[in-house]
Amino acid sequence: MSEIVRRDPRKEWIARNRLHPEHLDVLAELGEGAAPSEWPGPNGRIRRDPHAVGFTGPNGIKRIDRSGVQQGAGRSSAGDRGDGQPARQRVEIESPAFLVAVVPDLAGGRLSSHDRDLLGLARRLADADPQAPGAVVAIVFGEARESGFAEAGVDRLVTLDEPRLAGYAPEARIAALSAIEESLSPRHWLLPDSALGGGELGRRLAARLGERPAAGLWQIEPDAGSALGWHATCRGAAGSLDIRRDLPRVALALAECAEPVSETVHAARPLAPPALPEAFSRVEDLGAVAVDPASVALGEAEFILAAGNGIRDWEGYHRAATALGATEGASRVAVDDGFMPRDRQVGATGTWVTARVYVAVGISGAIQHLQGIQRCDKVVAVNVDPGCDMIKRADLAVIGDSAAILEALVTRVEQARQEDGGKRDAA
Amino acid sequence: MPHETTKNAAGALDVAVLVSVGRHPVTGRTRRADQDARAVEAALTLNKAHVRLIHAGRHETDSETALRGYLGMGFEGLTLIEQTRDADVLPALTSTLREAPPRLLLCGTRAETGEGSGLLPYLLAESLGWPIVTGLAEIERIEPEHVTLLQALPRGQRRRLRVRLPAVITVDEAAPAPRQSAFGPARRGRLVVSEQVSRPDAALAGWTLEPARPRPKRLKVVKAASARDRFKAAAAKAEGGGGQVLTDATPEQGAEAIVKLLQDEGVLRRLL
Ligand SMILES: Cc1cc2nc3c(=O)[nH]c(=O)nc-3n(C[C@H](O)[C@H](O)[C@H](O)COP(=O)(O)OP(=O)(O)OC[C@H]3O[C@@H](n4cnc5c(N)ncnc54)[C@H](O)[C@@H]3O)c2cc1C
Repeated sequence: MSEIVRRDPRKEWIARNRLHPEHLDVLAELGEGAAPSEWPGPNGRIRRDPHAVGFTGPNGIKRIDRSGVQQGAGRSSAGDRGDGQPARQRVEIESPAFLVAVVPDLAGGRLSSHDRDLLGLARRLADADPQAPGAVVAIVFGEARESGFAEAGVDRLVTLDEPRLAGYAPEARIAALSAIEESLSPRHWLLPDSALGGGELGRRLAARLGERPAAGLWQIEPDAGSALGWHATCRGAAGSLDIRRDLPRVALALAECAEPVSETVHAARPLAPPALPEAFSRVEDLGAVAVDPASVALGEAEFILAAGNGIRDWEGYHRAATALGATEGASRVAVDDGFMPRDRQVGATGTWVTARVYVAVGISGAIQHLQGIQRCDKVVAVNVDPGCDMIKRADLAVIGDSAAILEALVTRVEQARQEDGGKRDAA
Repeated sequence: MPHETTKNAAGALDVAVLVSVGRHPVTGRTRRADQDARAVEAALTLNKAHVRLIHAGRHETDSETALRGYLGMGFEGLTLIEQTRDADVLPALTSTLREAPPRLLLCGTRAETGEGSGLLPYLLAESLGWPIVTGLAEIERIEPEHVTLLQALPRGQRRRLRVRLPAVITVDEAAPAPRQSAFGPARRGRLVVSEQVSRPDAALAGWTLEPARPRPKRLKVVKAASARDRFKAAAAKAEGGGGQVLTDATPEQGAEAIVKLLQDEGVLRRLL
């Protein structure tokens, strides 16, 4: 629906005139129900009928809802998207004065909070001078599952999706970034200073471009005296020193280096990638090595199958964990009852886990347990009780008996594996 | 037991480890740097390797105790390229390595003192024209022209890489812990001082270094249109954000939905 409010003065006049023969029809047409509590008067001033405010509650008592939801329901007021979030301002930068290149990590194909902070930093650099705004270019390797580039503050998006850039191919990626440096020559290069990914790529890039980067950057301040107009504060010497220096062209920033973009939405317009040079690679990626999930520390595990008091068939549970390739976790009750070792306990008095997927089977979701899974991305709950707290936290909840569902899971996964194996054999 | 380092047996792989002076994070005393010690450990576990240690920096009592920590891991000597306090050690290291290039160069990811930007291995690799690989977990096999190694990924995962030699490999906390430094060999070992011109680091001289300030904690600011929404957000209990609930589903349907989510998240892919 269009945001523009169209007024029909004649209908408004009829709506105000209770004695008009068409009064009731017009009221119904304006969608105000019985009587509007507010309407624009003839001079544009808002008129109120205090008796028409509110609604009759379930017990026959008149209730007034001051949240604005009631009035806002019919004619959505401008600047409100209806879900309580203020609408974001749309920003288009047609002819940027300069470019800020950002290479997000995109762990798992999505922008991490570190990436968002970095894009916030890029926006600060780009928007410093409103007369000559710069554009933020995000450079993405491989297919991204992220859809929120526009909301994160990206003006232009370069997707480099070639087979030789997939996997661990730092040399090919640096060659690609050098090609972008030549074709776009951005004023700033920003990368997340993360262990693998941005931290490595950024240092390689800086070495290739012959720039001395600011590593561990956590704050920037405007400074007219320096070459790029900014002063940077960086962590050095294993976090024990603050180094204050001019902001160089290449910067590797820590998490929380700036506030993520929250008030604007940008174009995220795709840019055609430049022709990539043939890079000769001396590092060959032989692929991931199968790691025994049971040997992975619980706090580091990516995928956890956690068991609680709702498990009766422990054999079946362990079988499911092996079939899924999940690391095992447990609630305190399962540990106290002796079914699981102490180092597998998740929660306030156990381990705070960071899994991307956490499957809780037969766990009620006590607050001490939920604390431990705060940083998990996706939570799946399997429980017989549809009202328990774990279901409220879960992204996907399956109501049913744990033993039957775990068994079905094992069958389903083995079947999928066979299908996949068949496909691989055929190929 | 002195390591077979000194007898430069023919056919042995020539490995150099760059070591630096570390700083204990709590007491601030100089020590062997943790990551560098892990790099030395990784080199010592190699079969048939001739390992030598190289340090570029000042020659003082303080740094000498730290460097002797590495000698105590089983070395008879360490090459010390003497440099002034304000020197950029990169040119000195590059020319030393050019004069006697090793097949494999190991080092820590970041120094514990100084700028500590972790850039030196990359600059060395770039100027020597060697490939560089980070985050070593284990060296699996060494062939005449290649090294096969496991790289540590986040979340305890490992990746196998095959790298053309000569190469630079950096080591971080994922590598096995270093062995203890024994007092006797540490005392007996020699620091072989070698001369190189010191080039002052001009850029560093222009920066201000100060003890790290605690970083401000980020406040959780709730952006909402009305006061009621802000209040609700502040007082909210963790509530389900539109999670999908499957009631009255057969176990098979439930399993199907779970497997689909696992596949979408990509956590099953490795197995399938
Ligand atoms: C100081 C303190 C610290 C604590 N720290 C921790 C901690 O670190 N970690 C922790 O986990 N707990 C901790 N607890 C304990 C916590 O309060 C809960 O008691 C505990 O988490 C409950 O575990 P549970 O969900 O496995 O068991 P229950 O609460 O008994 O829940 C069992 C669930 O399984 C379901 N169920 C039953 N049968 C089936 C079936 N056949 N199929 C499917 N579902 C079924 C039930 O509906 C129920 O939801 C702590 C408590 C205290 C006081």
